[in-house]
Amino acid sequence: MKRRTFLKGTVTSGMLGVAASAGLLTPRMVLAAWPETAFAAKNIDDAVDALLGSTALSASGDIKIKAPEIAENGAVVPITISTGMAAESISVLIAKNPSPLACSFALGGSTLGFVSTRVKMGETSDLVAVVKSGGKLYSAKKTVKVTIGGCGG
Amino acid sequence: MAKKKIRIRAKMKGDIAEIKTLMSHPMETGFRKNKKTGKKIPPHFIKEVICEHKGNKVLVASWGVAVSKNPYLSFKFKGAAKGDTITISWNDNKGESATADAKIS
Repeated sequence: MKRRTFLKGTVTSGMLGVAASAGLLTPRMVLAAWPETAFAAKNIDDAVDALLGSTALSASGDIKIKAPEIAENGAVVPITISTGMAAESISVLIAKNPSPLACSFALGGSTLGFVSTRVKMGETSDLVAVVKSGGKLYSAKKTVKVTIGGCGG
Repeated sequence: MAKKKIRIRAKMKGDIAEIKTLMSHPMETGFRKNKKTGKKIPPHFIKEVICEHKGNKVLVASWGVAVSKNPYLSFKFKGAAKGDTITISWNDNKGESATADAKIS
């Protein structure tokens, strides 16, 4: 038992060492690129403003949100956002999460307007997808009912 | 500590490359409490995922804590061919990182 604890200890400290050196080697730019204020924002408007520099969203029928009507488990809600527009970025916000901005994707020139991932939702809420195309912001909404929250313990 | 793994499946469908990837990561929000000690579990989550094809960044994802544990990510892009390599890497809020690549089939 003692031997096991000892081994675990050495492995962990070894990993920490690696992590620390990786941290030192990571260029500042990468850290700065992560939109900290946008992720810290407490409502959708602030988050979109911090992330994309504007809150002028126009509703678009060309954005499709594929998500369950009722999510049994809020910890894993599969979502797919697709659009026919030439999208520069796709962002996903969840209105009632502690910080609404869930994820944002910057797309390359040859990348299609399509992303699929899984997110956590604390409670029943609107899911908002924001697509940036040609310097303008477009959005679409969908309500997802959550029966078990994903943020509790 | 969980192993740092990225699983990638990359397939050509016509002239579009479809990439599906799974990363092993706890994606801890910082809101959860350890039930035994009552202490908050510190946040530990992937901040950025970079997907590269021939040196071009085809997708850069910025993530918050709301992305589920062991994240899944799928996207599509044009201009790839069978046998091309796609590289996916992530870094998290603790400065850890991982990289993996796969050939498009």
